Amino acid sequence: MIDYDKLIADKCREMKPSGIRRFFDLANQREGVISLGVGEPDFQTPWNVRQAAITSLERGKTKYTANSGLTELKHAIAGKIKDQLGVSYNGDTEVIVTVGGSEGIDIAIRSLVNPGDEVLVVEPCFVCYSPIVSLCGGVPVPIATRAEDDFRLTAAMLKEKITDMTKLLILPFPNNPTGAVMDRHDLEQIAEVLDGTDILVLTDEIYSALTYGGEHCSIVQIGDMQERTIYVNGFSKAYSMTGWRLGYIAAPEPLAKQMLKIHQYAIMCSPTMSQYAAVEALSACDKDVEKMRREYDQRRRWLVKALNDIGLDCFEPRGAFYVFPSIKRTGMTSEEFCERLLNERDVAVVPGNAFGESGEGFIRISYAYSLKHIMTAVERIESFIK
Amino acid sequence: MDSLLTLLKTNARLTADELATMTGLTAAEVAAKIVAYEKEGVIRGYKAIINEELADKNAVTAFIEVKVAPKAEQGFDDLAKTIMSFDEVDSVTLMSGSFDLAVTLSGTDYKEIALFVARRLSTLEGVISTSTHFVLKRYKENGVLMDNDNVDERSLMSP
Ligand SMILES: Cc1ncc(COP(=O)(O)O)c(C=O)c1O
Repeated sequence: MIDYDKLIADKCREMKPSGIRRFFDLANQREGVISLGVGEPDFQTPWNVRQAAITSLERGKTKYTANSGLTELKHAIAGKIKDQLGVSYNGDTEVIVTVGGSEGIDIAIRSLVNPGDEVLVVEPCFVCYSPIVSLCGGVPVPIATRAEDDFRLTAAMLKEKITDMTKLLILPFPNNPTGAVMDRHDLEQIAEVLDGTDILVLTDEIYSALTYGGEHCSIVQIGDMQERTIYVNGFSKAYSMTGWRLGYIAAPEPLAKQMLKIHQYAIMCSPTMSQYAAVEALSACDKDVEKMRREYDQRRRWLVKALNDIGLDCFEPRGAFYVFPSIKRTGMTSEEFCERLLNERDVAVVPGNAFGESGEGFIRISYAYSLKHIMTAVERIESFIK
Repeated sequence: MDSLLTLLKTNARLTADELATMTGLTAAEVAAKIVAYEKEGVIRGYKAIINEELADKNAVTAFIEVKVAPKAEQGFDDLAKTIMSFDEVDSVTLMSGSFDLAVTLSGTDYKEIALFVARRLSTLEGVISTSTHFVLKRYKENGVLMDNDNVDERSLMSP
């Protein structure tokens, strides 16, 4: 018998499976579960985008594209960023089309982190940053945001964690799971701390199209932050295209050039039909995005009020499609709460600590569901708390 | 369209409080707007969207194309008014194209509808011809899917 464990690379063996996995398995064992647990949109990909992919297949566009992506798409991406943020990237040399934002995050971290480098990870956050940092031999350094700050990163918190070994700050706003956003004023203060240092920023703005009651602001818009920032975005959330696996990064050429090498060897190029679909998404779907955003907003407003009414305190999230209520007054831990809610009322939500220790005492509720579905689930949650 | 109307179109049972939360208006403003819409006739009523086939296996609906010789002065309005006064008639719409009035009717069986068309509709003055189509299956109505098998493809949980 082969002792596989002994053969697996240490850094891979030591990687912890995602905290969501256990709940996923528990939920799957039950029948009739209604879930508010997903991190992907419920809307169908806009019809014209699907059609564009079909047309590309009919025309036989089934070969590899250039490593960094279709020229047409890279230019459209640079154009979109210019329109929305007023910031210029060279579509030929500073944009890489990736397999989801996920790959963008991966190649950004891998291109920067040496063993021993410290990477500041603003938590609670999406689950992939720290494991990739660790895989590179880097040291993830969590920065815990707090409900009383509306889960924003403050300059003081940042300063406290910076050391000589700090290489990179990962800035994930609008945030999954909290729904927090950083406005221009907040970002200016972060920029002030970073100014004059050698610390780079990885800004994950995958939810940038989904903000409510205020325009999205990016760190690349502040001062000369663009020169130290890798900007990640994608099509999954804004255009409801999770399964298409398409995202992008934009970064100064010297960084993009390095990341492209990893992308080139590991991926070759992103899926060709998805790239054709993405060209259509960028050029003809602003109305669809706005329609989805408006519907998310209505659900968000309903849900925040309903949760506060039944006694689960939540601050008003201004981005993404999650609310992050506190369950502290129930006296349960996040995992206890979620496990009992699942077993006793057949409702699946995600424990906050799956997104970092600072998520303990909270649960993530997704509103990427129809209002009717959300209402039924909230009724069950209410009967559970009482 | 006003977001209040869009919301009511998808779910007329939302309370004024809920509508207020979702639109950012106050409950009083929502109530006042709804009263105004009702008064102006923008909102014509509130009803359930029913899958007729499930509710009554024998119910029959027909879609009838009516060709009309328009009268001087009144055009099609006169005849449309006569047709819409029958209780059996669900809707009357003036159309562009190869016929003039689209009439939908529901009844308890095919014969009832056929007789209605033969005796009441085609005999009306001004009706040149009718063509009756029976509804076999409804897939989507008022923006609502009529079958129960649209499953959520997503897994129960994802990060
Ligand atoms: C904050 C955040 N970043 C990145 C991703 C990855 O998205 P994708 O790889 O589909 O673009 C997700 C997905 O849930 C996310 O929530």
